Amino acid sequence: MDLFTFIKPKNELENSDDTDTKKPYVPDEMWEKCPECGTLLLTTDIEENLRVCSKCNHHFRLNARQRVDMIADKDTFVEMDKDFESANIIDFPFYDEKLEKSKKQSNEKESVICGTCKLGGIETVIVSMNSEFMMGSMGTVTGDKITRAFEYATEQRLPIIVFTVSGGARMQEGILSLMQMAKTSGAVKMHSDAGLLYITVLTDPTTGGVTASFAMEGDIILAEPKALIAFAGPRVIEQTIRQKLPKDFQTAEFLKQKGFVDKVVDRRYLKETLKHLLKIHNYGED
Amino acid sequence: MSAYDKVTAARSTKKLTSVDYINALFGESFIELHGDRCYGDDKAVVAGVGMLNNIPVTVIGLEKGRNTFERMERNFGAAHPEGYRKALRLMKQAEKFHRPILTFVDTSGAFCGIGAEERGQGHSIATNLMEMMALKTPILSVFIGEGGSGGAIALAVADEVWMMENAVYSVISPEGCASILWKDSSKAPDAAECLKLTAKDLFDLGVIERILREPTADDHKMFESLKLLICRTFEKNLAIPGDELARIRYNRFRKIGKQD
Ligand SMILES: [Zn+2]
Repeated sequence: MDLFTFIKPKNELENSDDTDTKKPYVPDEMWEKCPECGTLLLTTDIEENLRVCSKCNHHFRLNARQRVDMIADKDTFVEMDKDFESANIIDFPFYDEKLEKSKKQSNEKESVICGTCKLGGIETVIVSMNSEFMMGSMGTVTGDKITRAFEYATEQRLPIIVFTVSGGARMQEGILSLMQMAKTSGAVKMHSDAGLLYITVLTDPTTGGVTASFAMEGDIILAEPKALIAFAGPRVIEQTIRQKLPKDFQTAEFLKQKGFVDKVVDRRYLKETLKHLLKIHNYGED
Repeated sequence: MSAYDKVTAARSTKKLTSVDYINALFGESFIELHGDRCYGDDKAVVAGVGMLNNIPVTVIGLEKGRNTFERMERNFGAAHPEGYRKALRLMKQAEKFHRPILTFVDTSGAFCGIGAEERGQGHSIATNLMEMMALKTPILSVFIGEGGSGGAIALAVADEVWMMENAVYSVISPEGCASILWKDSSKAPDAAECLKLTAKDLFDLGVIERILREPTADDHKMFESLKLLICRTFEKNLAIPGDELARIRYNRFRKIGKQD
């Protein structure tokens, strides 16, 4: 359950230098290079290891569906509001094109998917943001979907688990995006006041208006190892104060040390950890 | 006036600040209260209690400072987490005594720095948003200059938001927007136009309730009518039960960007 009792994953490659010579017949597209340690890894091995580098534990980014697949029991995810789509409300330049491109690239309609699922047999609402759609930025539809997910959880007396990844509020929708910070926070508050459990899982990167709203409002705040978590991103801060930032500044581990994250959880133990927390809060299997 | 002219006017150092408004409206009755009870006292946030006509009020303002010395001391109105936490402490206090809350917003944004991040800038703003939404006492926010993104909304989850005619309220600064959009911050005037950040734009988008004519320092008549307007709004909202008021406040935000 903890990194102290960390067990080596079964498919760890003992010597990365050998991989090329030992498996010469694998085509290039089936290899991925770890951006952290540079090791070449077999894509199938990465997948099997929940997209964590078996050499250095680097957590590769996941898209919203990969997240849900990793957490939800097989075939239990039922998506809500899946047809909601953003419009160019304030007639912002290049926004229509940007939306079209994001939809194609991500094969999604918005930067978040919401729904219900079973997690180890326990019914829960799940919200999963998507870095592949405009870097997970929060527009009005993002905000509305998240708000509705919280309202549904409140009505049905269900817990809610939110995976955050976001560059912040979406500037292409101007002030209306900013308002979503207040709106989602209000929905969180009502869920909280109803005595229900909200767990946040902060993933790389979570910044700006999402950090300054629902991401930091969980009863329990978990984070993935090394994830960047910030209000103002490192580049903005460097420009403002004109000095270099300390090493590991704004990582999940740094936030835990400063008291803003309850626990940094290796992805391979995340489902187990979430299930345990749900059980402690008296949510049971049907 | 173009949108960017409004931005320039909103940023003008000649403009009245929160302290000016508090002095003009509350006079001798204002008592400043300090500190967040956790870390320190952020001078970018000025807060306290006073009488508005015959109504006891908690008043909180983002303060840029009125001269060079004050501006340094006030960090140009860019608050740290302890500033937002001081504001929340006093808002909770106001709720306890069922006192209405008046906030003045004037900031380029929440401060971006090492200490601010270490002490949880995101967390402090998030907590304000969540708690303000449920406060069982009336809240009114008046934008008197710049309304810079998260640092502004952290004091503006209110029953009504009013703006001075030359105030602005935006998700990002026009300079920041221009440098992302066109990789050229000198195109800020174009970005200001696109962002729809003037009082008129925000009124049309249904984000604010009222646009106010801006008083000058010695315009006593204008301040008297502003005081009357604020008092009337508080009286109206004090008559609504706290739970109901919080529900109305939530619906005010809930309808913005509603899909169904
Ligand atoms: Zn690696």
